[in-house]
Amino acid sequence: MSAKAPPVRSSSVGPAQASASPPGPGIWAIAGRLSRTQYWAFATLGLVLPFVAWAALSASGWIDPVFMPGPVAVFNRLATWLIEDGLVVDTGISVYRVLAGFALSAALALPIGLLIGAFRPVEALLEPLTDFIRYMPAVAFIPLVMLWFGIEESAKIAIIFIGTFFQMVLMVAENVRLVPTAQIEAAQTMGATREEILRLVMLQSAKPAILDTLRITMGWAWTYLVVAELVASNSGLGYAILKAQRFLKTDTIFGGIILIGVIGLLMDQAFRWLHRRSFPYMHFKR
Amino acid sequence: MLPIVPHSGAPKAEVRRLGKVFSGVAPGTPAALQDIDLSIEDNEFITLVGASGCGKSTLLRILAGLEHHTSGEVICNGRAIAGPGAERAMVFQHYSLYPWLTVMENIKFSRTLKVNRENLSSSDVEAASGRADALLNLIGLAKVAKSYPSQLSGGMQQRVAIARALMGRPQILLMDEPFGALDAQTREVMHDLILHIHRIEKTTIVFVTHDVDEAIYLGQRVVLMEPRPGRIHSIYPVPLPARRQQDMKHSAPFRELKAEILERIRVSSGITTDLDLLDQISQQGEAV
Repeated sequence: MSAKAPPVRSSSVGPAQASASPPGPGIWAIAGRLSRTQYWAFATLGLVLPFVAWAALSASGWIDPVFMPGPVAVFNRLATWLIEDGLVVDTGISVYRVLAGFALSAALALPIGLLIGAFRPVEALLEPLTDFIRYMPAVAFIPLVMLWFGIEESAKIAIIFIGTFFQMVLMVAENVRLVPTAQIEAAQTMGATREEILRLVMLQSAKPAILDTLRITMGWAWTYLVVAELVASNSGLGYAILKAQRFLKTDTIFGGIILIGVIGLLMDQAFRWLHRRSFPYMHFKR
Repeated sequence: MLPIVPHSGAPKAEVRRLGKVFSGVAPGTPAALQDIDLSIEDNEFITLVGASGCGKSTLLRILAGLEHHTSGEVICNGRAIAGPGAERAMVFQHYSLYPWLTVMENIKFSRTLKVNRENLSSSDVEAASGRADALLNLIGLAKVAKSYPSQLSGGMQQRVAIARALMGRPQILLMDEPFGALDAQTREVMHDLILHIHRIEKTTIVFVTHDVDEAIYLGQRVVLMEPRPGRIHSIYPVPLPARRQQDMKHSAPFRELKAEILERIRVSSGITTDLDLLDQISQQGEAV
């Protein structure tokens, strides 16, 4: 490289870059920034636009309302469902099943995942097995589950458990494995026992990631709930959707699907709120 | 916990004919460490420096008990090292603080461990609390005692890591490139801080670095190591006054020792740059 090249480059690029922010691509810069107001403006737009498109499409009359009812019809159906047809009971039983299956899954997956993440022999013993079962489609277990549990509540809970447990174990194990080695070794050189390292370092360090794992698997629990209610139930939101199909009540199908979406969104937000509240140190702005 | 006082004159730690071969490496790979002999005196500040792959960090981790040697002996306070222990605290390059604990809780972390809770009287607890405050003042972070590590700069985080390691009054403080991730200005401040801590706390410090300036400025002795196999090339007593000052970096003894060590590292690393060839290539590039 010649001797005069560096100064030329620094004088042409340096000052130009420093003053380049106003005419740049602004919010459309790659990995750019949004203010809080801008963020909510885009989020609202993203949620409202599909509804507007839906309303416009159904109002245009191109599509038979039997196949696609408009938002107003769906909202009216939800209202009568709420007042006359026991929407609260349907929702309640579905939420109960999801929470029961999810809680059972989490209660077992957390300690097992922690042990797999912490101890190599447990990893070798359980992880290949878990991986194997994880690839078996949970839906295919439904006939077996019905044979074992009938169509009791336990059957629905069992299907949600099968659908979420094995994934959860592997994800928790990975959360624990990602605890920085330096955090563990620092505790060792301060004289911590194995039990203390597990309880005071690895679990504490992995907790925020584990809560995210729970948030994500909660979404899957809802998927398996609907599957369970479609085939092995006579109550709940999934059952209502199935029943509506038999009578071509598309407004109920739409209403049920949207309601499940709203409940899922609310639970997701609850998890995020819990995350901010429980781990404030992860949400500081520097 | 009362410190175990060794009989005077005995070295604080001793490494004899130490060897380390990592398991699972390809056959014919040179040993990570071979025939290491090193005696570390009480209250000494010793630095280990060398090209990457020379085994300086491995040696430190063996002293910490985090890594096992495959031959020879490692003795601390007259006892063979069998694993990690509170008398040999370690400061890591980064990511070792507990982000869910405040600065003060991080420093006091070792107090929550069984090893420090047994046979504890209330005066011990009080003394520990006083020590945590004293350490916090020593590192100059009393104002941020209730902040979380994520709210601190890299330099401040390392200060907390040092205070946390000192909390249990370790016999030896092992430091593995603790300032390697800091910018040059912060590093200089940290150098004077750690020298000050060494004077006040009278700790024995073993300090690993790849920065020759750092090794000479901090160390009473500099251990120069070489790779393939990892071994000690020579041990240099640093010809500088005990009380170091930044301007000593420009003194003749400093520069001479630095030049000698740098030259040796250059040769041992086996990496050379053919400047003539580079010139040729860039001239061809300009012609096109």
